[in-house]
Amino acid sequence: MADVLTFTDRGIYCAAGDFYIDPWQPVDRALITHGHSDHARPGMARYLATTGTAPVMRHRLGDITLETISYGQEKQIGDARVSFHPAGHVPGSAQIRVAVKGEVWVASGDYKTVSDGLSEPFEPVKCHAFITECTFGLPIFKWTPQDILTQQINDWWATNATAGRTSILGAYALGKAQRLLATVNPDIGPILTHGAIENTNTVLRGQGFTLPATTLVTPEISHKTHPGALVLATPSALGTTWARRFGTASTAFASGWMALRGVRRRRAADRGFIVSDHADWDGLNDAIKATGATKIFATHGYTSAFQKWLSSEGYDAHIVSTDYQGEGFDQTEEAEA
Amino acid sequence: MKDFATLFTRIDESTKTTIKTAALADYFQTATPEDRLWTIALFTGRRPKRTITATRLREWAAEVAGLPDWLFEESYSIVGDLAETIALVLPPATQSEDRTLTYWIGYIKTLSTLEDDARKTGILTAWNSLPNTERFLFTKLLTGGFRIGVSAKLITRALAKATGQDEPQLTHKLMGNWTPDTTTWDALIEADDPTADLSRPYPFYLAYQLDDFDDLGAPADWNAERKWDGIRGQLIIRGGEHHLWSRGEDLMTDRFPELAQLRDYLPDGTVIDGEVLAFIDESPLSFNALQKRIGRKTVPKKLLVEAPVILMAYDLLEHKGQDIRDTPLKKRRETLNSLIADVPDTAPLRLSASVPFETWDDLSVARDESRALNAEGLMLKRLESPYLSGRKRGDWWKWKIDPLTIDAVMIYAQAGHGRRANLFTDYTFAVRNGNDLVPFTKAYSGLTDKEFREITSWVRKNTLQRFGPVRQVPPEHVFEIAFEGIQESPRHKSGVALRFPRMLRWRRDKPVDEANTLDDLKEMLATYG
Repeated sequence: MADVLTFTDRGIYCAAGDFYIDPWQPVDRALITHGHSDHARPGMARYLATTGTAPVMRHRLGDITLETISYGQEKQIGDARVSFHPAGHVPGSAQIRVAVKGEVWVASGDYKTVSDGLSEPFEPVKCHAFITECTFGLPIFKWTPQDILTQQINDWWATNATAGRTSILGAYALGKAQRLLATVNPDIGPILTHGAIENTNTVLRGQGFTLPATTLVTPEISHKTHPGALVLATPSALGTTWARRFGTASTAFASGWMALRGVRRRRAADRGFIVSDHADWDGLNDAIKATGATKIFATHGYTSAFQKWLSSEGYDAHIVSTDYQGEGFDQTEEAEA
Repeated sequence: MKDFATLFTRIDESTKTTIKTAALADYFQTATPEDRLWTIALFTGRRPKRTITATRLREWAAEVAGLPDWLFEESYSIVGDLAETIALVLPPATQSEDRTLTYWIGYIKTLSTLEDDARKTGILTAWNSLPNTERFLFTKLLTGGFRIGVSAKLITRALAKATGQDEPQLTHKLMGNWTPDTTTWDALIEADDPTADLSRPYPFYLAYQLDDFDDLGAPADWNAERKWDGIRGQLIIRGGEHHLWSRGEDLMTDRFPELAQLRDYLPDGTVIDGEVLAFIDESPLSFNALQKRIGRKTVPKKLLVEAPVILMAYDLLEHKGQDIRDTPLKKRRETLNSLIADVPDTAPLRLSASVPFETWDDLSVARDESRALNAEGLMLKRLESPYLSGRKRGDWWKWKIDPLTIDAVMIYAQAGHGRRANLFTDYTFAVRNGNDLVPFTKAYSGLTDKEFREITSWVRKNTLQRFGPVRQVPPEHVFEIAFEGIQESPRHKSGVALRFPRMLRWRRDKPVDEANTLDDLKEMLATYG
């Protein structure tokens, strides 16, 4: 049987339906898993995405031709039948199921298996072949449970507030920042946001997500007007003049890379919270097992080790080269988590 | 161990010295005296004896975690720290026991007397009863090497805060070859006599690189001497015994047996700061000759003949049992000179002669002769200066010669470890040879974080081939490589080995065909090797 999906230099291609999934070169028809900029790129003639992803894509890509689809709704494109299923990565994110003549393939984009309190929870989809990321595909990555994480962040913020320090937390603008917002205790103090994050907040609030009250940082705002505040900033804003307005501050990063002491120390932040919107080692393995797939394609992350591991576990595992970036800690804002 | 883990976490989480000092001072006031002593020992590089090999630990950890060995190794290469890797891959602990740091160190010691199976049970039981950070620290005790960003200076400052004693006094107390098995908190820290241990060295005085002559004032206030290219050492003669300490507080006495005879010529209660040099016919050999003797605990006869050493004396710290570090350098040098005058020329001791000069320009000429004399440059010391401890500005300056440099092409890149786990920071460089590129050195340091990030992203997009963790990249980028010395090496394809190579700058302006050639490198070997 012919492969349902193939890997081209433009992106993941479905010949039966003549469409691409998350392409990185301009194509006629693009199916998009989620709104991060390494997956939803400009320049496609037509887009198809979930209703939950559409607003952020419009916000970021401007005037595009975008058709929306609900989770679980089936759609025929040429000889392929497609449907979108929650990936748990960020609000609206999806795995894309493609069935051609009884052969089912799933392209999962980016995903995580644990609930973050905001995104639609990951849903295992049965398939023959599964295309997976493996950003954190090594057994050293195991995420802190959500309740302990929330406790850690609240304690850090409360201690700083009592000591008269501002708490500056670096997190990616789409997804990570909002899931943190949704879990912190807003009674501790005021919450301030960086522009890039507040823009995404507005989009998500417009979709009906409940987030605590936030105040956009403007030139007149500082630690004097908002003592004991929690400031949510993009990672690139930390250590800049923008961040220096907050006086004595404790800085922290929220990222899966914070599991590694070396990386934590290199960032020279006071704290590192281990939190990611990608699956950890157990998450990846459980997700793959739950698909029932025998054929696995690893796209971005620790692909060679992960492929070898999957092969030793009896899977027909392959590495494919893509332009996706996962949670790139030393890259720019483009590589969002 | 919980309080030690809390201390570790407070130190590890902060980048601010004040917070680290406060955390240590709190700990020194609350922990048991045994735990305090062990903490000082661990943070100053005195680790308990290794009782279990790293290989065993890896096997057992992989087994408990249910991982194949290769995957454990793969993980280790990303994390860069064995204890951390083990702590990360193991399943969560199911038991919990709060015992002191000293208890766990004793626990490790008793393991050494047991059979292999019993040791394994002991380790597995410990791993299963310690939560995350404590498990990491316990494993760190097993693997040794406790570098966590706490300098000796910081320890001293915290101890001063906790005990009310002076920092210099405490610095001196912490030196020497004590271990928690040979002393107690009271004897080491609380007791008054800092020379109770006859082998105890003084803290070394270190200089910064000179940047501006205008700060120095009149040339007549200064003594200039050669900065010899050997191993800085402190020779102690007390109680009829001699000890030789390195700057890193390594005891090197047995590595340089020649110096033993100095006991016969120097009076008891003498401490000399100097440079250990390989030395024949009244001239120092290059550092390459001395290098053969570093790391050897016992010295074969042949080496003693090929590379005999002397102590080139810079300074006198103790005379007739008196600490004279506060007297001016001029006076100390005079006393040193008269001591050495009584030592016969056959003995391995020389005074590092002053370099005469009247103007700074004279000195600049003298500095240019350094490489020919196998020296690294000049030292400038104020004649009135006391002998201070640690690296200080003002009275002492080093004026090193510029390093040798060569423009080379990057051909391979590899990700770093630990702090640099997801950055490509380790590069292999080549010189041109006709149409070929011949690799000749690796270098890891010298670029800014921003440059490393830029190259990392370039490497990701331009990988030609992978050899395990090593990536071959197109020869497009030229770097200026600086190094301190060059020697012949049959083990390397290029036939040379460099000393302390590092990247001086990224030459974005240079095309590959303007990089240096193998012939250039050979010429340098002929001139400086």
